[in-house]
Amino acid sequence: MAQMTLVQAINDALKCEMRQDKRVLVMGEDVGVDGGVFRATDGIINEFGPDRAIDTPLAESGIVGAAIGMAVNGLRPVAEIQFDGFMTPAFDQIVSHAARLRWRSRGRFSAPIVVRAPYGGGIRALEHHSESPEAWYVHTPGLKVVTPSGPSDAKGLLIAAIRDPDPVIYLEPKRLYRAFREEVPEGAYEIPLGKANLVREGRDVTAISWGSMSRLLAQTAEEVAEQDGTSIEVIDLRTLVPLDFELISQSVKKTGRVVILQESARTCGFASEIAALITERLLLHLEAPVVRVSGYDIAIPYFRMEEHYLPDSGKVARGIRQAVTY
Amino acid sequence: MAQLTLVQAINDALKVEMRRDKSVMVLGEDVGVDGGVFRATEGLLQEFGAGRIVDTPLAESGIVGAAIGLALNGMKPVAEIQFDGFMPPAFDHVVSHIGRVRWRSRGRFNVPMVIRAPYGGGIHAPEHHSESPEAYYAHTPGLKVVMPSGPYDAKGLLISAIRDPDPVIYLEPKKNYRAFREEVPENDYALPFGKANLLKEGSDITVISWGYMARLSLQAAEMLGEQGIGVEVIDLRTLVPLDINAILASVQKTGRCLIAQEAPQTCAFGSELMTLIQEKAFDSLRAPLGRISGFDITIPLYRLEEAYMPDAGRVIRKIKEILQFS
Amino acid sequence: MAKSTPTKAKSTSDESSKGDHSWSIEGPIQILDPAGKVIDKELEPKLPDDELKEIYRWMVTARSFDERALSLQRQGRLGTYAPLSGQEAAQVGSAWALEQQDWMFPSYREHAVQVVRGQRWVDILTYWGGSEEGNRIPKNVNNFTISIPIATQILHAMGAAWAGKLRGEKMAAIAYFGDGGTSEGDFHEGLNFAGVFKVGTVFFCQNNQYAISVPRERQTSSETIAQKAIAYGFDGVQVDGNDFLAVYYITNRALEKARSGGGPTLIEAITYRFSHHTTADDWTRYRSAAEVEEWKQKDPLIRFRKYLENKKLWSDKDEQKLLEEAKAEVAKAVEEYEKLPERDVEEIFKYTFAEMPWNLKEQLEDLRAYLKEKKPEE
Ligand SMILES: Cc1ncc(C[n+]2csc(CCOP(=O)(O)OP(=O)(O)O)c2C)c(N)n1
Repeated sequence: MAQMTLVQAINDALKCEMRQDKRVLVMGEDVGVDGGVFRATDGIINEFGPDRAIDTPLAESGIVGAAIGMAVNGLRPVAEIQFDGFMTPAFDQIVSHAARLRWRSRGRFSAPIVVRAPYGGGIRALEHHSESPEAWYVHTPGLKVVTPSGPSDAKGLLIAAIRDPDPVIYLEPKRLYRAFREEVPEGAYEIPLGKANLVREGRDVTAISWGSMSRLLAQTAEEVAEQDGTSIEVIDLRTLVPLDFELISQSVKKTGRVVILQESARTCGFASEIAALITERLLLHLEAPVVRVSGYDIAIPYFRMEEHYLPDSGKVARGIRQAVTY
Repeated sequence: MAQLTLVQAINDALKVEMRRDKSVMVLGEDVGVDGGVFRATEGLLQEFGAGRIVDTPLAESGIVGAAIGLALNGMKPVAEIQFDGFMPPAFDHVVSHIGRVRWRSRGRFNVPMVIRAPYGGGIHAPEHHSESPEAYYAHTPGLKVVMPSGPYDAKGLLISAIRDPDPVIYLEPKKNYRAFREEVPENDYALPFGKANLLKEGSDITVISWGYMARLSLQAAEMLGEQGIGVEVIDLRTLVPLDINAILASVQKTGRCLIAQEAPQTCAFGSELMTLIQEKAFDSLRAPLGRISGFDITIPLYRLEEAYMPDAGRVIRKIKEILQFS
Repeated sequence: MAKSTPTKAKSTSDESSKGDHSWSIEGPIQILDPAGKVIDKELEPKLPDDELKEIYRWMVTARSFDERALSLQRQGRLGTYAPLSGQEAAQVGSAWALEQQDWMFPSYREHAVQVVRGQRWVDILTYWGGSEEGNRIPKNVNNFTISIPIATQILHAMGAAWAGKLRGEKMAAIAYFGDGGTSEGDFHEGLNFAGVFKVGTVFFCQNNQYAISVPRERQTSSETIAQKAIAYGFDGVQVDGNDFLAVYYITNRALEKARSGGGPTLIEAITYRFSHHTTADDWTRYRSAAEVEEWKQKDPLIRFRKYLENKKLWSDKDEQKLLEEAKAEVAKAVEEYEKLPERDVEEIFKYTFAEMPWNLKEQLEDLRAYLKEKKPEE
């Protein structure tokens, strides 16, 4: 086992899969010679050559469209979109094609691609470099959506994503790329898509998050538990599609109170879907309204004011207490 | 007053506004000589000339991107995207620019433009011609999202959209283009954004809907009325801004609520409504919130389309299910 | 301070006087050689001596600003920054040809163009210092805000010029983008629209040889970028982007054509980025020191200085004085930047719509309440 950062774990996952499956390749802007702007593909071109670490022209629609074609013809491309904000030029290829090929061809074709992109704020970046776009992809039938929150999850989930027969949107919390290290097992292993992680057990309130916010949630829960003596159950979803509603459901039946933490804009974010599912199926178990802590319905501000947009431990603690004291 | 269909009302609104304001122009594919594939822009070329009714090259990103520039420099473009399924190629401009220009420039620039597109299923169209993409736009800060359900609303709302200082996504229920006629005043009138329309009063349950599904919900409500069930039907007219007060007032009265939407269910606008309702009216709820939606699948081609499209039967069934809950 | 003396080098843009000189897609137009010698007297713009000196002042100030911004970033006083060094002639040369009524659509590296056109150095710092205030453009300045998504601004520029054309105004718009930008779909759509509708747009590509790490050959296998214009039905031209006079000459000509209804032009200015793509980048991963050195021999500032010297307009003393003045001007901007007041949190909500809807008001109120809880003493 080695101590790795999240970005190193991603690099490791790619190398593991590329070693054992010749069909796997990475493609994108600056992923080859440069090793990726975050160095997620560092060293891959040296080990696997320029045909499996492809520096493409600057064209996201081109990257994803080409990956779809490669996948249809037997390869397993992992396409990198350099930043969350530049996934939108590829939106058409993702929602109109990758997501639908299996459906469209009655199962004859599929697009087993992974679209990797760093996402979220907190790194003092420019406009279009701090977005949290997961809800668009969750709303699109046919896509799986994965958001790891730490190094060992990142590796296991990425390997599962590459092996998955369907297209996977794999969003990497860039603020956690180098935030901490963790033991990461050597060699290939999978963390199954659709299984959430019960980070912490508790009785009084269920706190749910994913990706960039999970760690903040776990840390804040710890603090609040200590300060208030509240028993907080913390769930890290790991994958939004498929969703592990079973774990959520068990937890909510036990606690009757829920707080959901998301970084993205509030309206129509993924927290809304979870809250909708809970009110649809578990209303009788609820002792309080489901509380959302989220970004606001504004574009994420440039970094001087970014902190005001981002949920922080104070906002999260407030949300937990709001759910508990209703 | 004339009896107009929805598509005629749109045509009428465009004419009225173009006569009143020289900066209003229409651009898109086949909008000129052909008068639009649904004839929404019929006769405009003859009256206003090729400078203001522009047949563009076939390029959605181009149409919307160009409209941004036109709007910045004093025009009020109404861009037509021929079908819902062809909005994704323009997605980048819609989410990365039009909703953000005012914000990005601290109010120096704004983009007073309208993107019109027919949306929804039920007309036996090929793939990419039957989508309901409103949630993508409702989740994007800075966009207004308008969805008329009938001719009278269509005209008044389109006029407001054109006059609005912010960009508006205006989605037209194509199944209702010629489904029925309504009295439509000849003069210009603007229906305010953020004001829902109470289609029918009732005290047993609230049904919230918009666009095509609003009229369908009304039919269902009328059928249930004959059985002595009082269904209140709210037609949102605009999703952003949202008339939260009308929703809360009704739900507080009935204590029960169904959301009826055509889009795929997960992370749709209905999820947001359910979340808001339980956040703000938790103690008034006498039954779990319900929703009917399209399924989380790509809308099928027309032989099986019916199975996807919510119909009055499904609305009635779900209403009864919610009413049974005590 | 914006460019103070608008110049119209009409003589060089008069088609009839040009006769044989067509828009060249074969080999870049050059007026000055790297030694600052005029190699094409006929094309040499006849700019007054004072103006030539002012131009040089701009280029030197831009370089000085760039160096200072880089060091501010290294000291943690500025966010990620995209340096322009090496591209001063391409930027100042093209900006110099713009007139006030023209519209300018920058990408993220056109600091010199922005400032020549009437924004301030402090605005550039403010932007890269993480505040949208840097994008608050004065009312009388027809600069658009910075566009980060590559190539998208090409369409906006075209649309703005189109609006002018529809109203019968004599104006042009210029869109700046890089060699990488030519790979995006929006490059195609923007140029195609402009060709079809004969919109007076100048598409100004600064081919600085790299898109971050990816070399120009990996963007297109066209021999030149300029030649792509042929397919769109209008003129394309290559110019030595490190030669102020050539850039100015050709941009001026393209703009004049645009303003007078002659339609669009694609200009490929061949240049080189001396420094990193941004401060988050490390050019040693993909370029050799020898290559960078070779381009530094073609430094646009040295070339223009030699031109001035050859014209007996410039001395070492002048150079010394200018360097000091440029530093002082930049220092003033830095001082102002570092004194920028904190803005109220309402700013982050305020400009989402013309009027705040209830959900934003509610969210703002909630944020204020939260901040109060956090710091009750305030
Ligand atoms: C649509 C989009 N994709 C990716 C990026 C990330 N990115 C920023 S700059 C850049 C390279 C741009 O190269 P070029 O167009 O040649 O301009 P230069 O930076 O050399 O001036 C990339 C890939 C982006 N900003 N926008």
